[in-house]
Amino acid sequence: MWDYLKLAIYGLIAVLAAIAASYARDIAYQVHAILVVLIAAGLFVFSLRTVGEKKAVATGYMDGPVRVGVALTAFWGAVGFLVGTFIAFQLAFPNLNFAWADGYLNFGRLRPLHTSAVIFAFGGTALITSSFYVVQRTSGARLWGGNLAWFVFWGYQIVILLAATGYLLGATQSKEYAEPEWYTDLWLTVVWVAYLLAFMGTLMKRKEPHIYVANWFYLSFIITIAMLHVVNNLAMPVSIFGSKSVQLFAGVQDAMTQWWYGHNAVGFFLTAGFLGMMYYFVPKQAERPVFSYKLSIIHFWALIFLYIWAGPHHLHYTALPDWASTLGMVFSVILWMPSWGGMINGLMTLSGAWDKLRTDPVIRMMVVSIGFYGMSTFEGPMMSIRAVNSLSHYTDWTIGHVHSGALGWNGMITFGMLYFLVPKLWNRAGLYSLKLVSWHFWLATIGIVLYAASMWVTGIMEGLMWREVDAQGFLVNSFADTVAAKFPMYVVRGMGGVLFLTGALIMCYNLWMTVTRSPVAETADDAQTAPAE
Amino acid sequence: MMDTYSLLREIADSWVLLAMFVFFLGVVAWAFRPGSRKVHDDTANIPFRHEDKPAGDRDEPGRSAQRELRQ
Repeated sequence: MWDYLKLAIYGLIAVLAAIAASYARDIAYQVHAILVVLIAAGLFVFSLRTVGEKKAVATGYMDGPVRVGVALTAFWGAVGFLVGTFIAFQLAFPNLNFAWADGYLNFGRLRPLHTSAVIFAFGGTALITSSFYVVQRTSGARLWGGNLAWFVFWGYQIVILLAATGYLLGATQSKEYAEPEWYTDLWLTVVWVAYLLAFMGTLMKRKEPHIYVANWFYLSFIITIAMLHVVNNLAMPVSIFGSKSVQLFAGVQDAMTQWWYGHNAVGFFLTAGFLGMMYYFVPKQAERPVFSYKLSIIHFWALIFLYIWAGPHHLHYTALPDWASTLGMVFSVILWMPSWGGMINGLMTLSGAWDKLRTDPVIRMMVVSIGFYGMSTFEGPMMSIRAVNSLSHYTDWTIGHVHSGALGWNGMITFGMLYFLVPKLWNRAGLYSLKLVSWHFWLATIGIVLYAASMWVTGIMEGLMWREVDAQGFLVNSFADTVAAKFPMYVVRGMGGVLFLTGALIMCYNLWMTVTRSPVAETADDAQTAPAE
Repeated sequence: MMDTYSLLREIADSWVLLAMFVFFLGVVAWAFRPGSRKVHDDTANIPFRHEDKPAGDRDEPGRSAQRELRQ
């Protein structure tokens, strides 16, 4: 019965999308409608071929989505870093904004593609993948909801596809990190509710009496992102056959909602979710439990209570009332404490096993990642102080700060997660080459250092140049003067990106060779790790 | 008659602020309650169980594997 219902749904979607494509008012909407037709038609054919097949009762852990997710995380990482490196060079050499690709591949179109590719495609896929792995292992239960996990996984990839193609064709609601237009937002809402159900369902049938701390972080990430996404994307479409929509909020309310969303995307997507990864994969790789479970509980609740108020620090010296931006600043500074509590908890998990740093490049990667977490959660509160912000805001210092967090913390912990998971998921005795992991580690670390250092220099320099006045009170520098002065640092930043990208490509090669060439895990005990799929 | 903004603001910066602060202190106190160490040690070791397959009803190595084979 369900098979026939599925066929009807897919067919209906394909027909409706085809009608929408023919009435489309803009090119982005038309392309998206055609993509939906193709996806729905493909699913229709696929379901038709499997109608009535007896399905074996599924036992064991559900690792199918995790395996595909690991591969796609590595892929999206490489794509996101490549686009990022390219736009870094576009800023240094404007001629790379090719005239023939104007309106598609210029900086303005590629920049949201880069940010969404690294945050939502690379980071988001890593989060969904790792949360599916972790929640099963720490609950001692198979994922709840049967194929719901597959729906969540591929549904999220469709969001990425619609977002990425939309940016290149100009469909954007111009909200930073929330650029996708209304129908993509609606689809993401559906996928996210399914994600929440799959995750909660698994927790509810867990065989352990307690919910392990990593799952607390993952769950807070899922719930908070749902709330942020819905409120920040309240909009009215101009037409159901067009991609354009109008925001419900206006003026400073819109700005505040946007940065309440924007900063908590950092706080709950890039921090809480990835802390979930840290609390599982660091103890696993170090082969010892987390340093202090009490501290992890306090870390969780303090982070949850404080982060949500920090958003207004993005709006110092704007139309936002002073009390609100002071509130944001104060909470950002207090936030330093739980952040460093979490960092200490992660680092001290290695106490008594520090020698592993010499021999295991994967744990080295995780430790450096936690180090960058500590560094950027110190830098962030400092930059949120109004006086510091008056120098740093709108400069490249902000970009440097974001990247030491994103490349250092999110990137490195995800690389560590991938290096941990691939041998486990494909039942290999170990990684293909630890030496290549070391190469990746050093390339990535030096790349981040080049990136962050050049952005500190250029950011503080341009901040000082902007505010410099002569004896008569006239501004000394024009905007173009600062652009010219920044050129050498832009080249250094681009080189940092090249190193980071090279490291990621080495990782992709290493992981591929691990799956295809590495010897199968030998002992009888290891053989049971064969995923029961 | 107060407007909605002022009313909500007043509630937020008095009772709700107090309630959240007390809840947080309660969480800290609960984490440090006597006897929590044993529970926390057990919970902290969750990642080192059930690595390969879901837990059976009674979590004994071997038994749960047999039960799964029969399913």
